Amino acid sequence: MTDETYDDAPCGSLSTSLDGTVTQVNATLLRWLGLPRDEVVGRRRFGDLLNVGGRIYYETHLAPLLRMQGEIAGVALELRTAGGTRLPVLVTAAVMAGRNGSPDQVRIIVFDASERRSYEQELLSARQAADRDRGRLAQLVRSLQESLLPAVLPVPPGTQTAAYYRMASADEVGGDFYDLFPLPRDRWGLLLGDVCGKGVEAAAVTAMARYTIRASLFHDADPVAALDHLNTVLYQEHRSPAHRHCTVVCGVLTMAADGAEVRLSTGGHPAPLLLRADGSAHYLPATDGPLVGVLADASYTGQSVDLRSGDTLLLYTDGVVDARRPATGRRYSSAELLAYANRLAPASAASAVDAVAALVGAADGGLDDDAAVLAIGVLAAQ
Amino acid sequence: MDVRTRNNVTWLGPEAGPLVILSHGFGCDQNMWRLVAPSLAKEHRVVLFDHVGAGRSDLSAWREDRYASLAGYADDVLQICADLDLRDVAFVGHSVSAMIGVLAANRRPDLFAGLVLVTPSPRYIDDVGYRGGFSHADIDELLESLDSNYLGWSRAMAPVIMGNPDRPELGEELTNSFCRTDPAIARSFARATFLSDNRADLATVSVPTLVLECEQDVIAPRAVGAFVHDQIRGSSLVTLDATGHCPQLSAPEQTAAGIEAFLGRLW
Repeated sequence: MTDETYDDAPCGSLSTSLDGTVTQVNATLLRWLGLPRDEVVGRRRFGDLLNVGGRIYYETHLAPLLRMQGEIAGVALELRTAGGTRLPVLVTAAVMAGRNGSPDQVRIIVFDASERRSYEQELLSARQAADRDRGRLAQLVRSLQESLLPAVLPVPPGTQTAAYYRMASADEVGGDFYDLFPLPRDRWGLLLGDVCGKGVEAAAVTAMARYTIRASLFHDADPVAALDHLNTVLYQEHRSPAHRHCTVVCGVLTMAADGAEVRLSTGGHPAPLLLRADGSAHYLPATDGPLVGVLADASYTGQSVDLRSGDTLLLYTDGVVDARRPATGRRYSSAELLAYANRLAPASAASAVDAVAALVGAADGGLDDDAAVLAIGVLAAQ
Repeated sequence: MDVRTRNNVTWLGPEAGPLVILSHGFGCDQNMWRLVAPSLAKEHRVVLFDHVGAGRSDLSAWREDRYASLAGYADDVLQICADLDLRDVAFVGHSVSAMIGVLAANRRPDLFAGLVLVTPSPRYIDDVGYRGGFSHADIDELLESLDSNYLGWSRAMAPVIMGNPDRPELGEELTNSFCRTDPAIARSFARATFLSDNRADLATVSVPTLVLECEQDVIAPRAVGAFVHDQIRGSSLVTLDATGHCPQLSAPEQTAAGIEAFLGRLW
């Protein structure tokens, strides 16, 4: 390059020694800086030409990078001009080898980036605003989701209880729910379900389903009647866009001298699993009624299951069965879940829930659907 | 969480050699030590790691509250010592890691044989009767600089930077990867670093300490090096004929020699 093309180039250009001291600088850069040549060459280091924040960034990031990889490109910095203003620039630099082949100087090209920087600032603000909004949304969704589940899971005397909930998405409220609550005369209501769809509309139906069953069981501790009531309530909306159906398993637990009796009814829901103290596991017999909220005259049936000491009843939503396996991406089938439960049994409520949570947690690529698990086990007699 | 994976712990040198931990500062990762580690590893067992959020550490282990202050990073150092059963170890900390080492050694002086503080600063912001070299506005500018280079950060590259043991073909270093950090983490680490005040912790250092400073360093000027030396009883001070904040890169032989001379007196 001739002196003229170097000096008048439409970009700033300078060379420094390895310690950063400026050895050569072109007229364009001096004009941008508003400094005479003799105040720069041999007097200042490249870092001195930057604003203070940029200098720290240079010393902590760029100088080490230059040493380690020999070049840096497209780094956004700001020059501090003699007039006290700041000039946004993009900097590209490379370490040059001297005659003997070892590095002996750094060549730096500086582009005026004022226009570009204001555009980038807008992009940056937009991105920061989007990040903030996403954070707020995730918080809101989490709070809403938590409000649909019991804050603390009660423990009926003589039992151990445990639950697990996993949201498939941080941006959307899921439709899964569960609850466990005391009823009059030492009985306990339990329920677990899945409202079809996600989002705020599904959340509204979830809340309604939970409180309809609670109210019904409180009035009459019969899970079949509770499902009938819920079906009637949901079906009333069947012509409205707000209509949602759901799957539910609902039960009433009564403690007995040698264990507990659970009376259960299900609507469109996967059969609960029973993990016996003797190490066996099976699904409860299929007495499943129709999806809740779809038919005007749905009828549900009930069944009773006796839990002896060491037995654990496991309720779950289809999100558990639908979780994809690591590696293959295939879904877990109900036969595989049963085989898993067989290996697990006997298991306390806590360890059964932990094991199923691990299964779901290990599912590759996240969940397509939310997953909820509720377990209740009878403690071994003292 | 496995501590070794979390902090990408690596080691070199003779297994039975005296133990030296090299701890990188704000900005880059354990590669900062690449020019001095081989020399130290001739006679020492050298343990290197990345702070959580930097280099090939596990970014998913980063927690805003844990790493909001240097105490969280010091806790990690102690966890690494516990996990690898390191005792009687010399801790070499660069830049902010010097203070992280001070905090760790003050909590568990029994674990540490000595501290080497490379270009340390206990407080970067000026205070009454103390000159750290920076103002609050300067640190805000630094955060702006980090933000301006946001656009160079791509989430898609993060998994590669974190390391991918299943796909060794990705092992080749990406441009800038040594000093590339998730912007949110970089901001937090910048705050933890530049807004910290560890002056009071210096007086309680009870292990042999070497302060290694540079002739010319805008981040940790010589007055600050003198302050650290003055506050840590019995410490020694070595001024390297070097420029900049990273003598392990700009003057590796001198830096290694300074560290080795000190280590030679420890055991």
